[in-house]
Amino acid sequence: MEQNTKKRLQRTACKVRMGVIEGTYNAKSGHPGGSLSIADTLTYLYFNKMNVDPKSPDSADRDRLVLSKGHTAPALYAVLAQKGYFPEEELKSLRHIGAMLQGHPCIHIPGVDMSSGSLGQGISAACGMALAGKLDGKSYKVYAVLGDGEIEEGQVWEAAMFASHKDLTNLVAIVDNNGLQIDGPISEVCSPEPITDKFAAFGWHVITMDAHDFDDIDRAFTEADSVKDKPVVIIQKSVKGKGVSFMENQVGWHGTAPNKEQYDQAMAELTAQLKGLED
Amino acid sequence: MADVIKKATRESYGEALRDLAEEYPQLVVLDADLAAATKTGIFKKAYPDRFFDCGIAEANMMGVAAGLAACGKIPFASTFAMFAAGRAYEIVRNSIGYPHLNVKIGATHAGISVGEDGATHQCNEDIALMRTIPGMTIINPCDDVEARAAVKAALDFNGPVYMRFGRLAVPVINDPATYKFELGKGVTMRDGTDLTIVATGLMVNEAVQAAETLAAEGISARVVNIHTIKPLDKELIVKCAKETGVIVTAEEHSVIGGLGSAVAEAVTEGCPVPVVKVGVNDEFGHSGPAVDLLKEFGLSAENIAAKAKEALKLKK
Repeated sequence: MEQNTKKRLQRTACKVRMGVIEGTYNAKSGHPGGSLSIADTLTYLYFNKMNVDPKSPDSADRDRLVLSKGHTAPALYAVLAQKGYFPEEELKSLRHIGAMLQGHPCIHIPGVDMSSGSLGQGISAACGMALAGKLDGKSYKVYAVLGDGEIEEGQVWEAAMFASHKDLTNLVAIVDNNGLQIDGPISEVCSPEPITDKFAAFGWHVITMDAHDFDDIDRAFTEADSVKDKPVVIIQKSVKGKGVSFMENQVGWHGTAPNKEQYDQAMAELTAQLKGLED
Repeated sequence: MADVIKKATRESYGEALRDLAEEYPQLVVLDADLAAATKTGIFKKAYPDRFFDCGIAEANMMGVAAGLAACGKIPFASTFAMFAAGRAYEIVRNSIGYPHLNVKIGATHAGISVGEDGATHQCNEDIALMRTIPGMTIINPCDDVEARAAVKAALDFNGPVYMRFGRLAVPVINDPATYKFELGKGVTMRDGTDLTIVATGLMVNEAVQAAETLAAEGISARVVNIHTIKPLDKELIVKCAKETGVIVTAEEHSVIGGLGSAVAEAVTEGCPVPVVKVGVNDEFGHSGPAVDLLKEFGLSAENIAAKAKEALKLKK
C-alpha cells in the first residue's frame, strides 16, 4: 500500500478510535473493546474500499455493510461521522434519550444499511442483500462484520450454508477474531474454533489477516476481490481494545464505558498516536 | 350444501403469488423446505428464478428476506406458522419488525386444523406473538377469495405483514365477483341486534352458521369478520359493543393473546360490555383428523351458539 494512503488511513482510524472513546464515555455505557478491534478494518472499508457516498446514502448501486456484531456500533458511527454522513458532534449523544445514535445500529441512521445487534442476524440480512444484487445484475458488494463469539449463534451457520449454496460471490464476511467474549476467552466459553476450517467446510474462500496492519488489510481485501466462485470470509486476528493501552486484551472492556480518568488517559494516548502520525 | 366449494387458504396463497408475479416484478418467494405443503411450489413452478429454497433454516430465511427487502424486493417468506412466528420470532422482531422492512410472511398450517401432525405443529400462538411486534400487520383470511385478496393487499402495502393460512380445505363463502378487501376494516357478514359474533379465519363460516341456528331460536346475532387482526377495526368493534351489548369472539387460536384478547382490549377501552371467547383454551392440541379436532376443541358453530346463549345471560 502506498505510504501516503496508509498514513491517511492510520490517522483516520485513530480519529475513529477517539470517536469510540468519546461516544462510550458520554453514553456511560457501550462496548469499546470490540469497537476498537474493528476500527482499522471499518476505516479501510469506508475510506479505501467501498463504493459509498455520504451525499447519496441510499444509492441502489452502493456497496453495503452490515455490522452483524452490532454492539460495536460506536466504531461504525465514528467511521460514518468521519466520512461525513452526520456531524461528529452526534457521537457525544450516543445512547441518549432522543438521540439519533441508538445503542445498536438502526437502519434509519444515515449510512447504516441494516439494523443489527441481536447476534447472528446481520449475516442473514447481508445474504439477502447479496442475493438482491445478483438478481438485479448489480455489481455492488456486501460486507458483513461478525464477532468471533457471535459465530456461536446457529443462525450464522444457516447463513453460511445459504451463501455458498446460492453462490453469493458478492458477499464478504469479516470475523473479528479478538478471542474474547463477555464471559471470557472464546476458548473457555464455548469455542467456535477452528474458525477457518469451519468456513472452508461450509464452502467459503477463507483469508486470514492482521486486523491492525493496513498493508495486510489491503492484501486481504484485494485477494477477496479476486475470488469469483465463492463467498469470502476474512478471519481477522485482532486485539480487543486496540489502541488504548489499558483496554488491550482485557475482557472487562467488552461492555464497560471509561470513567473520566480513563477517558482522559485514553484520549491522551490516542492524541499522542495521532501526533506521531503527522507528517 | 352439496354445492359448497372447499379450498385450503394455503392453496389460495400459492396461486395468488403465481398470479400476481407478473404485475409485481419485485415479488420473490422464499421457503424453508416446505414448498409442497405451503403451496409456494405453485409459484416455484411458474417462476423458478424468483423462488429461493432456504432449506430447513427459518431464522436465516427471515433474515435473508429482510436483506432482500432492504434492497427493494418484496419477499414472501413462507413456512408453517409454528416456525414463522414461533421459531423465528426474534428474527422477525429484530430484523424485520424493528427496521420496518417490506417483508411479507406467509404462514401456513396455522391452528389446530393441522390435524394428524399433532401439537408440535399446531400453532395456536402465532397471532399473539405477532401482535406484540410494533408495526406488524396481521391478516387471517377466512376463505379462498379473501386469502387471494389479502396477498394482493399485502403487496400494495409498504411494511411487514404476517398472513395466516390454513391446511384444511374450508368453504368458499365470499363471492369473488363482489368481494372487496380493505386492509384494517372488518366486514359485517350478517346484521343482528342481540349480540355480535366477531370471528376470524375459518371460524367466520362457523359464526355465520351459528347465527342461523340462533335465528331459528329467536336470537338475532350480528356476525363480523375480522380479517385484519392488526391494526384492529376498533371503531367497528366498539360500535357493535354499543349496539348489541355483548360480544362473542371466535378464532382458531389460543384464547390468550389472539382475536379475543384484541377485541376485549378494544371493548374495555371503548365501551365495556361482556366479551366471551371461543378459541383453543390454555392447552396443547393432539393428533387427529382436523374436522374432529375442531369439534373437540369447541371450534364449531354449535359451540359458538352455545357460548352466545351463555353470553346473553351476562348482558346488562
